[in-house]
Amino acid sequence: MSATLRRRSLSIGLILAFFGVWEVLCIALNVSDLVLPRPSEIFTVLWQRAPQLWPHMLQTLGTTLLGFVLGVATGVVLGAIVGSSRLAYDTAYPLLIGFSSIPKVAVVPIFVLWFGSGTVPAVLTSLVICFFPIVVNIATGLATTEPELEDVLKALGASKFDILWNVGLPRTMPFFFASLKVAITYAFVGTVLSETVASNRGIGNVMISASSNFNVPLAFAGLFILAGLGIALYAIFSLIERQVTGWATRKREIAV
Amino acid sequence: MSGRKAIELESVGVTFGSGADAVPALSPTTMDIGEGEFVALVGPSGCGKSTILKLVAGLVAPTTGVVVVGGREASAKAQRIGMAFQNPTMLPWLTVEKNVMLPLKIVQPYRAEFRAKRKGEFRDKVHALLGEVGLRDFANAYPWQLSGGMLQRANLCRALVHEPRILLLDEPFGALDQFTREELWAALQSLWMAHRPTVLLVTHDLREAGYLASRICVMSARPGRILDDSPVDSARPRTLASTYEPDFAARTQRLRDLIVGAQRHVAEVH
Ligand SMILES: Nc1ncnc2c1ncn2[C@@H]1O[C@H](COP(=O)(O)OP(=O)(O)O)[C@@H](O)[C@H]1O
Ligand SMILES: [Mg+2]
Repeated sequence: MSATLRRRSLSIGLILAFFGVWEVLCIALNVSDLVLPRPSEIFTVLWQRAPQLWPHMLQTLGTTLLGFVLGVATGVVLGAIVGSSRLAYDTAYPLLIGFSSIPKVAVVPIFVLWFGSGTVPAVLTSLVICFFPIVVNIATGLATTEPELEDVLKALGASKFDILWNVGLPRTMPFFFASLKVAITYAFVGTVLSETVASNRGIGNVMISASSNFNVPLAFAGLFILAGLGIALYAIFSLIERQVTGWATRKREIAV
Repeated sequence: MSGRKAIELESVGVTFGSGADAVPALSPTTMDIGEGEFVALVGPSGCGKSTILKLVAGLVAPTTGVVVVGGREASAKAQRIGMAFQNPTMLPWLTVEKNVMLPLKIVQPYRAEFRAKRKGEFRDKVHALLGEVGLRDFANAYPWQLSGGMLQRANLCRALVHEPRILLLDEPFGALDQFTREELWAALQSLWMAHRPTVLLVTHDLREAGYLASRICVMSARPGRILDDSPVDSARPRTLASTYEPDFAARTQRLRDLIVGAQRHVAEVH
């Protein structure tokens, strides 16, 4: 326990040191705040503009969470389909790979064309960016069910659904939660991408208008907010993952 | 033995795939297994032993002939056969008790009562069975806390918990060391004597077959057919010491010659 405590305080110390060095270098090298503002300036802007920034943050957070929830739902359904049959796997996999390699900036204008600018394209962009890792992980989890166990259960007269419910889905849980952490950060990227291109609200929009006004500290303040939200949600999902799928990590500890 | 037939294979042949890719796995085979018999199936690798088990379980359909189990044509949906493989496949997120209970969640009539009884009657049933194989104290352990031999004991319990009439074992002890394996033979023998299911055991180990089975079938190389079918009459419970007696050794030797002969025949043909 004390070892982890020491590791924690060390990493917190190093992060603070990173900001310290940044601050000192900016002063020492006389860097203009139009190029790279100092952390102290950024935090001051965050503090002073908090009342104006707050609704934008909520907008981005809400959009991201909505896109994320829809993306997870889509991903679970697609993953269950892809992972439970060979034919579906062979058909869907190339399609999904193709789809995931499209740069998502390219789909924003299409969503804007269909739904106008604002929240809807942002939710959709975040959805299409974040569902892919979930599909892959659910499908992989389902596909790794041991054939022997499947035979044991089928010999008992188990239906496909019985097997999915008792074995397939519980086995995908560690894969699923691991993919949630990735998906939530992807969802942020999607939202901000769409907000910068086609919205007058949200942190993405704040950053793009700040940079066009050469208000570089404000743009960086936006970046910091995004990073903070991303870290917080990542941490929440890591915590849930540890609670729900302890058996997977315990097994690894024993194996080592 | 009651004399009733538990399993009947009537000229059952299996060919996997078709056309140029066709793999003949089992030559037309006819065989009857009586209720409560303990049959060991031995033969060279790839000769169709696992295929026979899957036919009986209704997991593979015969290409020719019929498989009759308990008087009806074999079908996985209508049966409730217990199976165990070399890989114990315990679910890592469940305790040993819950793993062993899994079939009760799937097979009728237990399934209908599962919610009501899993904490009382079913739990006692599982604990009693675990007690028979010396795992009572491990009911609440997780699979990763058990040794290979203990996992295989739990695997046998899972295959028997719903009181199947037929137990299919596919090289269940193949991955265990010699000492553990011999302990498991004793455990399986006493389970069989207590519950008297019809057992079909696939094994590579002729001593294992001689110790456990009441009848040994030797198969030829792929596509398999039955070369030899002979009873093992010695009294039960059998002891490890009995596997070193001259009669036992002579039988093992004879079976070994048959199998080696079958493999040499293949080598000459190729
Ligand atoms: N699903 C399958 N598809 C194609 N070939 C198979 C299949 N299952 C088994 N075989 C082939 O059938 C033959 C018999 O297999 P099996 O019954 O597993 O042999 P074993 O006696 O070693 O258990 C082998 O040559 C194997 O490669
Ligand atoms: Mg086999």
